[in-house]
Amino acid sequence: MRIPLSEEVVKLKPSGIRKFFDIVHEMKDAISLGVGEPDFDTPWHIRDEGIYSLEKGKTIYTSNSGLLQLRQEIAKYLEKKFKVSYDPTKEMVITVGGSEAIDIGLRAMLNPGDEVLIPQPSYVSYEPCTIIAGGKPVIIELKAENEFRLTEKELRDAITDKTRVLILPFPNNPTGAIMEESDLLAIAKVCVEKDIFVMSDEIYAELTYKGRHVSIASLPGMKERTILINGFSKAYAMTGWRLGYACGPEEIIRQMTKIHQFCIMCAPTTSQYAAIEAVKNGDEDIDKMREAYNQRRRFLLNAFKEMGLDCFEPFGAFYVFPCIKEFNMTSDEFATRFLEEEKVAAVPGTAFGDCGEGFLRISYAYSLDHLKTAMERLKRFVEKLRKEQGRG
Amino acid sequence: MREQILAVIEKNSRIEIKELAILLGYPEIDVANEIKKMEEEGIICGYHTLIDWEKTSIEKVTALIEVRVTPQRGQGFDSIAERIYNYPEVNAVYLISGGYDLLVSLEGKTLKEVSLFVSDKLSTLETVISTATHFVLKKYKDHGTVLAKKSVDEREKITL
Repeated sequence: MRIPLSEEVVKLKPSGIRKFFDIVHEMKDAISLGVGEPDFDTPWHIRDEGIYSLEKGKTIYTSNSGLLQLRQEIAKYLEKKFKVSYDPTKEMVITVGGSEAIDIGLRAMLNPGDEVLIPQPSYVSYEPCTIIAGGKPVIIELKAENEFRLTEKELRDAITDKTRVLILPFPNNPTGAIMEESDLLAIAKVCVEKDIFVMSDEIYAELTYKGRHVSIASLPGMKERTILINGFSKAYAMTGWRLGYACGPEEIIRQMTKIHQFCIMCAPTTSQYAAIEAVKNGDEDIDKMREAYNQRRRFLLNAFKEMGLDCFEPFGAFYVFPCIKEFNMTSDEFATRFLEEEKVAAVPGTAFGDCGEGFLRISYAYSLDHLKTAMERLKRFVEKLRKEQGRG
Repeated sequence: MREQILAVIEKNSRIEIKELAILLGYPEIDVANEIKKMEEEGIICGYHTLIDWEKTSIEKVTALIEVRVTPQRGQGFDSIAERIYNYPEVNAVYLISGGYDLLVSLEGKTLKEVSLFVSDKLSTLETVISTATHFVLKKYKDHGTVLAKKSVDEREKITL
């Protein structure tokens, strides 16, 4: 028997830290700092709308683009919060999480050999999705000294004749970095000048702790060259509902909707009804969760400071990205020993690109008590390492 | 700062001021002063512990009593409310809109004790027109905390 397999897919690099994952799964008593989803339950009024839609028998397909009412509410929300206006009938498609939007967006835009600029460290799907779409990923290595923001120079240096799309993953997973308006203006200028399109993954837009998030799509000349991706997972603690959306120029959204129609049909109907409630009446929930995250963020940064662990202050998402270079170990070694010796699972920075070497992603989507326990163990661990290395 | 402090200590009054200051990003001394001020101003009225008495061997009965009263000239409901809340077994007294006037929350050791309080003390007050006593059978949620269940983190240990 010859098992048919796509060479392109087989070639895709599996996450470089597979082994680490395996140990985590085997170690039942380990505590984790490794999640990428909120610890809150979806607010009850949102869940209740989902249940209500089921009771009313709303168990059928929606239109391919998603419920019009949901698209209209999202359009209002984007206008209100990020000062960017989209036509809900032509410039928006509701997707299965932000992940699908990334995938179909790239597939709709790329031709063989087109280059996609991917700043790293960043979420793991941009590179494989680019390859599957026939594009060529070009990695931009972000620097700790720039607080992992993308600079104009880094962008200019990476652009070639073949560059088509820049992925802009801010607020960033795993670093927690944000791009403020002045940072974005510099990037926008280059994009307009060099005719580069932007795929802006703003899934963490609601979780910033230094002023409001600015969408690059709201800057002059950018709406027409940006695919804005967002969703409900992080802002409303709705990861399991699998609901996101993409907004952008009609020409691209039309092609994306075509792919979406053929491989998905439509995003889950129950989730869409729940999402209408979320986007209409969820602001207070977001404020509460953001405040809780912010307290934990301050707690962790203070804990790092007390144990002398180097970490830039991140202002977005729910991650901190401390530097562990002082220990002269790889991220993988550090994380593996931390797991084995203290039973705490934190993700090596290299899971998000080679330039994540020397860093650790620590999630604060956990209760304070949980974080306290974890920080006690981290403190003990780094003190032990320093002692071992004759610095203690 | 006030609202932020209150939001945290409403749920966790045992938090140390040092930690509270870290969480909120303010200097410790400012947080301490603000709390002191709020205590003096009577905004913070006390620090209590939420106990699920069901899980102890101590017998307790809680009743909610609807009380209809005749308001008194010049004093409205205040003086009758005072007469009621001065009893130590009374937990809470609220003036209520709607079908009755005062809602009294009462704690006793036994049903009998509570009933006696209602018949001997409450009903006999001159201004009380009628009472209706509701015994609490089970507390599901109290002070915003679900008493019944402990939540378990079912998330995957690592998601990227």
